Amino acid sequence: MKVGVPRALLYYKYFPLWETFFSELGAEVVLSSPTNKRILNLGTEAAENEVCLPVKIFYGHVISLKDKVDALFIPRIVSVEGGAYTCPKFLGLPDMIRALDVDLPQIISPTFNLKLGLREFYRSVYELGGFFTKNLFKIVMAFQKGLNKLDSFENLLHDGHLLNEALAGRFFPAPKGRLRIGVVGHPYNIFDQYISMNLIERLQKKGIKVLTAEMVEEEVVDKIVTGLQKKLFWTYEKDVVGAVFHWLDAKSVDGIIYVLSFACGPDSLIQILIEHEAKQQGFSVPIMPIVIDEHSGEAGLVTRLEAFVDMMSRKVGSEKS
Amino acid sequence: MKLTFPHMGTLDMVLSDLFSRLETDFIIPPKTSVKTVNLGTKHAPEFACFPLKVTIGNLIEGLEAGADAVVMVGGIGPCRFGFYAEVQNKILRDAGYDFEMIVLEPPTTDIKDFMKKCKKIAPKKTLWQIFQAVRVGWKKAVAIDEVEKKVLKTRCFEKNFGDTTAMHKKALAVLGKAITPREIQMARDKALSVIDGAKKDFENNPLKIGIVGEFYVLLEPCINFDIERYLGQKGIYLERSVYLTDWISFSKKNPVMGLSNDEVAKAAKPYLSHFVGGEGQATVGHVVKFAEEGFDGVIQLLPFTCMPEIIAKSVLPKIHRELDIPVLTLVIDEQTGRAGIITRLEAFIDLLWSKRKKKLSIVG
Ligand code: SF4
Ligand code: SF4
Repeated sequence: MKVGVPRALLYYKYFPLWETFFSELGAEVVLSSPTNKRILNLGTEAAENEVCLPVKIFYGHVISLKDKVDALFIPRIVSVEGGAYTCPKFLGLPDMIRALDVDLPQIISPTFNLKLGLREFYRSVYELGGFFTKNLFKIVMAFQKGLNKLDSFENLLHDGHLLNEALAGRFFPAPKGRLRIGVVGHPYNIFDQYISMNLIERLQKKGIKVLTAEMVEEEVVDKIVTGLQKKLFWTYEKDVVGAVFHWLDAKSVDGIIYVLSFACGPDSLIQILIEHEAKQQGFSVPIMPIVIDEHSGEAGLVTRLEAFVDMMSRKVGSEKS
Repeated sequence: MKLTFPHMGTLDMVLSDLFSRLETDFIIPPKTSVKTVNLGTKHAPEFACFPLKVTIGNLIEGLEAGADAVVMVGGIGPCRFGFYAEVQNKILRDAGYDFEMIVLEPPTTDIKDFMKKCKKIAPKKTLWQIFQAVRVGWKKAVAIDEVEKKVLKTRCFEKNFGDTTAMHKKALAVLGKAITPREIQMARDKALSVIDGAKKDFENNPLKIGIVGEFYVLLEPCINFDIERYLGQKGIYLERSVYLTDWISFSKKNPVMGLSNDEVAKAAKPYLSHFVGGEGQATVGHVVKFAEEGFDGVIQLLPFTCMPEIIAKSVLPKIHRELDIPVLTLVIDEQTGRAGIITRLEAFIDLLWSKRKKKLSIVG
């Protein structure tokens, strides 16, 4: 059986787990190609206008993949830890795709909700495995193997490797320059080179060392977010806030670039937390938000990056002398 | 301490009643206006959802009018509403306002904290007295909603343009004065009969439209261009998916709207099988219900960037294909103009009439 996985959204978080799990159960995993103009157009045509860009792109990947596979894997990932949700869009994603007016293959969409506890979670794992085998033991083993894969993937990130390199399993030496920039935002924005317009590569070409939220250790993030006045109830935004607050506090980067999706719900409010904190810290580390939508142009990005990097170099230069 | 709070439909009436019972000092911010929206837009992030912008405007106007404390409710997600209070607090402080922020988180999260906050709001009262005040105030709130519901359903039959709206004002005034439970009961009956006072012509067979969407834009006529009044005066029979007390109530029954949350979720299931925060699943469920009940069409109000409503909107095409019910989505934010809304409403009404005529001619 050919199982299609759209190369979008939570692919950037969990693909090593999914791939291992499916292959262990004898399925062939088919990944859509990296985002390109055609995929973007397919997505923007099919999705409602108000939908955020990453979800539109997801639509595009689904449509580009649908005729090549026997089933599409579109899980409903409600919660990945007790006490917090993902984004509402992930709660509705399978239904949104099913509402499309196109012929779709079977959609495999188990619900994963850790808010309901581990038992429910594993029930979903069995349900998912049940599509491929009736052998419970095999399912458990496959899932365990998947988790191990996910672990080693995440370890690579904590060790300072970039997510796209860790996913591809190909690593390049980091630039040796003096400047360090923290880049935060949803991984499906930052590491989709088409969406981010090669943001990271552009910085690296300037000799800048790029740090991302994935590299900040979990304990550090946990400590910061538990210290917040109001508990954050979006898991992935915790990582963003944790990383930025940590960098601001430790002054371990020379500047921060915050990538947001236009019309993203969580981003719009997290932005306030970040700006408030930066203000409290006297703006000692410059922050630049970059808002991305389907009309973002490369020229604008290049100019803004240049200006930001120039400012930082001057600042670092004057501090050193 | 002088409390202020954001506007949301008749919420100011409900809270004034409650705070008076509690002997708490408060200031009602000026009615939501263009100025309010501008203030909010200036201070809130660009793609924050629209209700956040408007309520920030309300709070600024309340603080400017002399309040030194804000009361808000919190939440636990997944939609943004649960984070409003936190963000409002940060934005207002960054803008230079000094005040106390009292956030009532759901009592299920931390009952002790909830009681502490209640005492803070009403220092002169015991918890028991607070409970009693809420209980009686609640009755009044339900009565206010019942009146509103009746207005929605009967405005289309009025003989003299504007009668119903005038009577609505009168009815609310009657209710406003009621204090004891007995008085509230009597005022409720009186208020409902006041609405009947508007002369009606029940002969016509009006178009029936259901209104669904995010609760804030549904409940606040100041930002939804009072489309319910507009449609009613165009002779359209209206039903709405949520009333203030339905939204506040912790129980799964909706005292005013009538359907329970479970019934609505069940209706939504084939199209949106999981809750998505806010009103998302309810919106879908109500569209299905309205279709089943033979309504001619549905209007969805969607605050710009509202996640649950966008999800709902994304599954509507499927409902349209299967149940053949036209849905008009109106996206509302600070840039929405009344003229554009009216044009779209008129076109929608025309569409519904011609659809109905076609149906009749097929049957006939
Ligand atoms: S987190 Fe933001 S960008 Fe991601 S799916 Fe949700 S709304 Fe879209
Ligand atoms: S329901 Fe929509 S508008 Fe209301 S708080 Fe949630 S995201 Fe914002």
